[in-house]
Amino acid sequence: MHIVVCAKMVPDTTQVSIDPVTNTLVREGVPFITNPFDDHAIEEALRIKDAYGARVTVLSMGPAPAETVLRKAIALGADAGLLLSDRAFGGSDTLATSKVLSVAIAKLSDQERVDLIVCGKQTIDGDTAQVGPGIATRLGYAQVTLVDKVLDVDLDTRRITVRAKFDNRHQVVEARLPAVITVVREINTPRYPTVPRRLYAEEVQIQVWTNEMLKLDPNTIGLKGSPTWVKRIFAPEREKGEIVMGLGKEKEKAVRLIMQKLADWKVLGP
Amino acid sequence: MEKKKRFKVRLLPGKCIGCGRCEPACPVDAIRYDEKGEPIIDLEKCIGCLKCVKVCPAAAIDKFLPEGDTGGAEPEETAESEAIGEGEVKRLWRGVWVYVEQMDGKAEPVSWQLLGKGKELAQDLGVELAALVLGNNVEHLVDEAAGYGADKVYLIDTPVLKDYRAETHMRSCVYLVEKYSPEILLIGATGLGRDLAGGVATHLETGLTADCTGLAIDKENRLLEQTRPAFGGNIMATILCEKARPQMASVRPNVMLTPPFVPGRKATLVRESISIEEKDTLTKVLEIVPIQCETSVDITAVGVIVSGGRGLVSAENFRMLQELADLLGGVVAGSRSAVDAGWITHQKQVGQTGKTVRPKLYVACGISGAIQHLVGMQDAEYIIAINKDKHAPIFDVAHLGIVGDVFEIVPAMIEELRKVKNPPVCET
Repeated sequence: MHIVVCAKMVPDTTQVSIDPVTNTLVREGVPFITNPFDDHAIEEALRIKDAYGARVTVLSMGPAPAETVLRKAIALGADAGLLLSDRAFGGSDTLATSKVLSVAIAKLSDQERVDLIVCGKQTIDGDTAQVGPGIATRLGYAQVTLVDKVLDVDLDTRRITVRAKFDNRHQVVEARLPAVITVVREINTPRYPTVPRRLYAEEVQIQVWTNEMLKLDPNTIGLKGSPTWVKRIFAPEREKGEIVMGLGKEKEKAVRLIMQKLADWKVLGP
Repeated sequence: MEKKKRFKVRLLPGKCIGCGRCEPACPVDAIRYDEKGEPIIDLEKCIGCLKCVKVCPAAAIDKFLPEGDTGGAEPEETAESEAIGEGEVKRLWRGVWVYVEQMDGKAEPVSWQLLGKGKELAQDLGVELAALVLGNNVEHLVDEAAGYGADKVYLIDTPVLKDYRAETHMRSCVYLVEKYSPEILLIGATGLGRDLAGGVATHLETGLTADCTGLAIDKENRLLEQTRPAFGGNIMATILCEKARPQMASVRPNVMLTPPFVPGRKATLVRESISIEEKDTLTKVLEIVPIQCETSVDITAVGVIVSGGRGLVSAENFRMLQELADLLGGVVAGSRSAVDAGWITHQKQVGQTGKTVRPKLYVACGISGAIQHLVGMQDAEYIIAINKDKHAPIFDVAHLGIVGDVFEIVPAMIEELRKVKNPPVCET
């Protein structure tokens, strides 16, 4: 079995803040990490590998430094990493991204048939959850998103059974292989790398494919191939309410004010 | 003829968001990125075409006239920037559609919320509002959709659509869109809606904006302005899809208001069919199990929420919030930091990657108020925020902000409330 995991290098958006004066993003010193949802995708692929035997290829699209995401996955047990890197891919929205990824996966599958694609549910910088379904649609593969449990992989009948977690229900779905699944964080707890594996991952050759390899029409990828574009970025302006100091001696006054407001707003009930 | 004066471009400090759009937009390779992903512009190569200025969403690149050049001309528009076939796009695609999410014939509330918003958009565009009802034994939803404002309902009612599957619903949506060409298609940004939307947009090769919190029409250009939290919810972005149709958006539940239901209101029914054989499908739903809320309470349906964030420091301190919530007849929720730290379950997370809530009262304790959190609670009727940091953005949305220590203020509130409600009353 050949499993492809899609992983992205993202800025750690939990460490981004807004400058209160200029209302712009403060990006100084924000580290780049593997998208946290993709950590769980990598782990799940490795668990399937442990249970059923598989070769795991981790795929990423991004600038050259994104290869650290691949090395990290290899340190955990992935067999190979492949980086898709070309300025022609830059500025891609989800439609163009799924195009580049799916063409690369099809090409990988020509070399060694791909049976399963595992993606994180979404990224923390884009938060769209659109690339996984985009890949499934382009490749014509079965699609199950929001998977919180892989129940069975049957390589004889070429079927995978998973449990998907929608907002208010679980749905147990059997899908034909090849399939695309996207996973939620509850699915597993990622492992730690071993020391020898980490040393190996530092040295290993990471394959890089540019658009010369994929031969995509530059008008269908990157900025030109992206139908959506950001017109404006802004920090919303809001009308401030009443702000009072409630530190030290002023505490009692502040609490009295809260009680007064609760009564005015009629939230205390009869 | 005198040589034309040429602009050059430069980066304005502090504005770049590192989105990666300017470099590929440059036709002469004059832009490369530094380690922060900000552009370094080679002025020798720059021809002043201003393409980078146009694609920059943060207005971080500015044009200037190099020394020696005074006066000067605006750059000539390149032929490329005139949209190909744009006129055609605007002529062919008409109407606003809403996908009605349902399970066992019961519609998700977000579907009706979207009909409410869709009506406004349709009126601004001067077109019809249509609902898309897909499923098995779901014909009763036609009148329901009409009651919530749909002028037209497209219905496919067939066994193969019974349990939601991405492939069958995706193919049905694509079939109807290709046949009837709506200019806008809205889908609820629920788990199911987002499962569906990505495939539909990819199949139609059109733009899709995820998890929108605001929709409006730019009447002059007949475009849907789609606003959503971006960059992990740290800032808002307005996104356009100019040259592809339909303009697709998934929209957060509980952000738009449910319109009043008008009994007896009728819509034109368009009954359609689709030929998908069960044996040709790639997926099979074996079982559907409703999730038993181990924490029992749905935070989107309560009147009072007491919410804790990073400032609570530990899981134990949420007991204090529980006590306050009990006294106020509400429930406890948390921010993403609190959920990530394991202090509270994901089901009770408020914010972009959690739930959107509209309670009568929201008490934010030790929550700084990143945009990703604010989008989940800013529509509460009344907001009280308690935070040590007087610059915390949570105070921008609070009706009453207390700059103080949650470990002092909350216990004092509990004491006062006990006096008022003696003995403590817990509304259920």
